[in-house]
Amino acid sequence: MPTFVYMTRCDGCGQCVDICPSDIMHIDSVNRRAYNIEPNMCWECYSCVKACPHYAIDVRGYADFAPLGHSVRVRRDEDKGIIAWRIIFRNGKKDWDLLAPITTKPWGSAIPNLNDVPPPSDEMRKSQLLYNEPKYIRLDDGGLHTLESNGLKLKEGVAY
Amino acid sequence: MAYDTIVEDNIDVLVVGAGLGGTGAAFEARYWGKDKKIVIAEKANIDRSGAVAQGLYAINCYMGTRFGENNPEDHVRYARIDLMGMVREDLLFDMARHVDSAVHQFEEWGLPLMRNPKTGTYQREGRWQIMIHGESYKPIVAEAAKKSADKVFNRICVTHLLMDESKPNRVGGAVGFNVRTGNYHVFKSKTVIVAAGGASNIYKPRSVGEGAGRVWYAPWSSGSAYGLLIQAGAKMTQMENRIVLARFKDGYGPVGAYFLHLKTYTQNGAGEEYESNWFPALQEMVGKEYLDPEVSHRTHRPIPTCLRNHAFINEVAAGRGPIRMVTMEAFQDPHLEEIGWHNFLGMTVGQAVLWAATDVDPKYENPELTTSEPYVMGSHATGCGAWCSGPEDISPPEYFWGYNRMTSVEGLFGAGDAVGGTPHAFSSGSFTEGRLAAKAACQYIDDGKATGIVVSESQINKRREEIYKPMETYRVYRNAITAGSVNPHYINPRQGLDRLQKLMDEYCGGVTVQYMTNDYLLEIGLKKLAILNEDWENGIAAENIHELLRAWELKHRILTSESVFHHTLFREETRWPGYYYRGDKMKLDDENWHVLTVSRRDPETGEYTMEKAPLYHIIGEDEG
Repeated sequence: MPTFVYMTRCDGCGQCVDICPSDIMHIDSVNRRAYNIEPNMCWECYSCVKACPHYAIDVRGYADFAPLGHSVRVRRDEDKGIIAWRIIFRNGKKDWDLLAPITTKPWGSAIPNLNDVPPPSDEMRKSQLLYNEPKYIRLDDGGLHTLESNGLKLKEGVAY
Repeated sequence: MAYDTIVEDNIDVLVVGAGLGGTGAAFEARYWGKDKKIVIAEKANIDRSGAVAQGLYAINCYMGTRFGENNPEDHVRYARIDLMGMVREDLLFDMARHVDSAVHQFEEWGLPLMRNPKTGTYQREGRWQIMIHGESYKPIVAEAAKKSADKVFNRICVTHLLMDESKPNRVGGAVGFNVRTGNYHVFKSKTVIVAAGGASNIYKPRSVGEGAGRVWYAPWSSGSAYGLLIQAGAKMTQMENRIVLARFKDGYGPVGAYFLHLKTYTQNGAGEEYESNWFPALQEMVGKEYLDPEVSHRTHRPIPTCLRNHAFINEVAAGRGPIRMVTMEAFQDPHLEEIGWHNFLGMTVGQAVLWAATDVDPKYENPELTTSEPYVMGSHATGCGAWCSGPEDISPPEYFWGYNRMTSVEGLFGAGDAVGGTPHAFSSGSFTEGRLAAKAACQYIDDGKATGIVVSESQINKRREEIYKPMETYRVYRNAITAGSVNPHYINPRQGLDRLQKLMDEYCGGVTVQYMTNDYLLEIGLKKLAILNEDWENGIAAENIHELLRAWELKHRILTSESVFHHTLFREETRWPGYYYRGDKMKLDDENWHVLTVSRRDPETGEYTMEKAPLYHIIGEDEG
């Protein structure tokens, strides 16, 4: 049922409830552990799987087209900046580990706070430029592209 | 009901929905509005919300102007031919001239963009696409937005916009409820940037059970971008332009990297190339200007996505399916094989789960493809959304009313799926549109356009009553029956969604009718939809706050669907064979319909008015 939660690993901490984009990971009021309340609104996005501190959440493919007996597990590590996947086929013939980076910088350290950058000049306000522009938007040192600068015009009617 | 009313007052810029468009808006707003109060209202958790929640393996809109790869007008021409001419070229040019700035900042923030070791430029997947390790794309841009915003309200389902009562057609904020506490939230704001999502799940999906969750666009994309704007009386455009995706069967895993980077290709059940067989008849339907394989071959002009879908759909209907992706050649290269799998793990894990479950190893067998149910959205290869003003230095008079990305309602802006006529924005373009809207919103306030806004207690109380009515309906009528979900007084949100999906499918061109509709079917569909809306108004029941969320998502989906019906009925031609067909008007008709469709739903009466808006194309100064 897309995501499910192992009874013996879940401690009801609610991290999955907090992160689920679809609002379908809830805490069961009787056994105080998390479960998927609406499997047909689950995208198998793995947000809850990645967020669970106890690796208590797993995915069993959609019952209407995915047979039993497979496994796609994941471990995401912000400190190391890496995500590790393991894919195991139903017939066991493929058992693969795949690694990918999730960031190139210490987590979150390189994101600017725009409260701290100097305010835009009046000239910039009147222009079409956005923050940090014209950096990166030209091959040469010119400003923002316009119809005039690129030798273009808008014409009403049919064109292909 | 014992829920509290929580008022957040004196907001300058309210961002509704914090996906890629909303995070771009909140981030940029701080630069232009150092002294302004910037607030985000997000339905889920900003760290994993929107269409990019699970990540992306590519950024599909990057010009590479810095590396001399493309200019903005090149991308405009590409989007124009792909959408059979129906695009807002002022908005597209504007997005394209800014988008590289966003992408390079993502790299500075730590998003791993792959580089081509030979050239030092970003690793191209195709002309517009670059490859990334984007599992954490969303949490990274969320950090940027959180640093800029004064407050982020997670888990707020925004149901309505508030309107100014001192001046008609001006926005005054938004209201909604917290899906955890149930509390009523009021946001009084000078401007609102709607950056909510497009609509999945309004058409009956091919899946029959749990797999309904494995829709192509996220199941939480509930058409709120459109529901909110339509309710406020904003004009909409190109809402007939739903999209059908050719994707790996059942898992809807993406095919972009497979086609472009891995150089895989499709064939029919017998292992034959089939697309070109359908092109002569298709050329009769759409004209040589839109489909000329010889010219496309010579000039690398792409064949429009919808037309390739048309060949796919017809080949299957002719009994020569299934259509397969030929992966067995490319996957013999271990490096390409790894990329093929990473591509899924980075953005559609469910497809990897499915192949593991069915023992499909694309190295040894060519996987099946399918065409999806239709989706209504405005940032992928289609352009549904609000009729928005363009930038001052580009837009012709019909496309310009003062502030970039402002809808036809004053102070109400759009970004991402919310903006109409701007396909092929994808993640980076949506983020860029958010930035553009934020700058314009700050300017609007600085120009004194947002003074004297009046939002009365009675407006706030009226919305509060409306919002909780489904829970009241449940409370009143639940005990009329012993148990279960069958009740003569009400339906629950899932039952309502099932009815919506069935009628959209059968009357508005879904998969079970091969994407076919006509005048007669559309008229019947509209009647049935009106009755569904009546049932929603009088008898939608929510047992708890989670169901209340689903009830309001359904309301937004119904409003979106109604708009799709009216637009489809209005455009009397088949503009995008492969996305949908008007059986009674099977030809593309440039003489009468080389125009954009614009609608407005009167918020008081619910009446629709439709109009044609002129199309402007970008051409060389010395042309025509």
